[in-house]
Amino acid sequence: MDLIESYKEELRLVRRFWTGFWIISLLIALIFLPWYGKEHWVYILTLIFIFSIGVQGQNLLIGYTGQISFGQAGFLALGAFTFGHLARFGAPVLVSLLCAGLVAAVFGLLVGFPSLRLKGPYLAIATLGFGIAVYQVFVNSELLSGGRMGLTVQKLPALFGLSQVNTYYYFNLLLAALFTLASYNLISSFVGRAFIAIRDNDISAEAMGVNLTTYKLLAFAVSSFYTGIQGGLYALLLGYLEPNMFTFLETISLFVAVIVGGLASVEGSILGAAFVILVPHVFSDAKQLVPVVYGIAIILILIFEPLGLSGRWLKIRLYFRMWPFR
Amino acid sequence: MSQFLQYAVSGLSIGALYSLVALGLVLIYRSTRILNFGHGDIATVGTFFAFTLLSHNYSWQMAFPPALILGAVLAMIFYFVILIPAQRRNATQLGQIILTVGLSLILQGLVAYFWGTEPQSFPFPLSDTKTWKVYKDVVISELSLGALAIGLVGSLILFFLVQKTRLGLAMRAVSENLPAAQTLGIPTRRVLSLSWGLAAFLGVLAGIFLAPALLLDPFFMLEPFLKGFAAAVLGGLNSLPGAIAGGLILGVAESLAGGYVTVAFKNTLAFIVIIVVLLIRPEGLLGKEFIERV
Repeated sequence: MDLIESYKEELRLVRRFWTGFWIISLLIALIFLPWYGKEHWVYILTLIFIFSIGVQGQNLLIGYTGQISFGQAGFLALGAFTFGHLARFGAPVLVSLLCAGLVAAVFGLLVGFPSLRLKGPYLAIATLGFGIAVYQVFVNSELLSGGRMGLTVQKLPALFGLSQVNTYYYFNLLLAALFTLASYNLISSFVGRAFIAIRDNDISAEAMGVNLTTYKLLAFAVSSFYTGIQGGLYALLLGYLEPNMFTFLETISLFVAVIVGGLASVEGSILGAAFVILVPHVFSDAKQLVPVVYGIAIILILIFEPLGLSGRWLKIRLYFRMWPFR
Repeated sequence: MSQFLQYAVSGLSIGALYSLVALGLVLIYRSTRILNFGHGDIATVGTFFAFTLLSHNYSWQMAFPPALILGAVLAMIFYFVILIPAQRRNATQLGQIILTVGLSLILQGLVAYFWGTEPQSFPFPLSDTKTWKVYKDVVISELSLGALAIGLVGSLILFFLVQKTRLGLAMRAVSENLPAAQTLGIPTRRVLSLSWGLAAFLGVLAGIFLAPALLLDPFFMLEPFLKGFAAAVLGGLNSLPGAIAGGLILGVAESLAGGYVTVAFKNTLAFIVIIVVLLIRPEGLLGKEFIERV
């Protein structure tokens, strides 16, 4: 929507003063939230931060590269259990978090190989098969899943004189901010452009010199790295893991978050993550209706607003910029 | 040897039901290129409706037909109310698949809301304890025999419908080339909605026969649905005979794997089949479609 005059300007993350102003004020509001917000809200926001990392990863794959994946729960489980087992052996939190991401990324590469031959619906089935196969392996193997009682994970200690909830809040805020920054930088770099070129037309992308094999695999690896990190953070937050947390429903909620938030939009991913965390919270009295809300949201958004919440946001901004003329 | 036969027989009967599920998926895929992720949930709704009628002391002759029709009507409503408006707004193929995911979520939630998530046992006219001897000490239960029969009869009826009737001809024409069929005056929307209805009908039929073996809860069709998916992929996503063959092969393979290898990984086999088939021969055993190579 802005006129971009130079390449340098294109690479800038914040183009106008007011955008920067609002981002900084939002960050300041988030940093001081534990002082004025209820502890309950701090916890909910922590969940949103964790989720937004995975949703961004999924969006890099679906929204930017145009490769569908229904196997996110598998990567989530791999990340979470890698984290859990490493934490049990006493590895430092950041190291095991990195390993969680890396293990998920390696499996992402493996799953990415079919994507070189399969398109659209076929890829959806292959990844769906992967997600459920991982779940069933964890269900059936007590060695991996930590036995019948589940796997307990050492929780984060309270640091710097903060309460434990607040420690988690700041830790996850920091990581979510880092990953958001990384996604913005990734999509405005040549890698992101290659992803978008593959999404728009893979044959012409190849003709322009984009190596399809490399970039498709890279998209899968990056996406599952994000999801693995989400899994690790989730394990750290809950302090307890069992395979039943990673059913097909988990894949669906990541997927719903991407669709509702808006395909190919990082801000949209965060909005989508907030949506899938807040809906079960609002409908806590009638939990069975949560999938109904998800389903209706998907259908309405695909029919009326294919760009999701971020598309709606863009339209509102455009409307008010011209207001009262249109 | 008789143990092997026993596994094969029980595999065939469950495979016949997978074939029914797979047929419904293939019927929709080959006419509209949509993978119907709501297939299992439509079947769940139909089965729960039959369950309600049965528990109000209706006989099964009174309970099953309305359930089958309810499933078919649901699928047709989805086609007319959601898919057609989406197509008018130029929804992509992937978008349409995601719409069926939405349908699946809505139905799943509504079933859980109205019928509860407690597993219930499904009263069924055929018992699974009464058995017949097939050969030496190989036995088949009444329920398995019924499932095998309904799978084969359903497949045969579908075969005649598609190959020998005017409606079947129209369905084949629509799946072959949609614009050409429209030009020739075939009412494509009506034909496609009938395909959706027929597919859901088969799904509910499979659901009713699967319910007595599994316990009835809102997610009971998830696994058979995924197995049906695997069967459809194995046979070829656009081949109806392939779906039948795929279902039977998957059923037998699964039963043998459960018997000889390990029961724990019996269910994982279907997904390994999916991934291996897609990697080696994406068009499936009997499919002919040329897969676009990337």
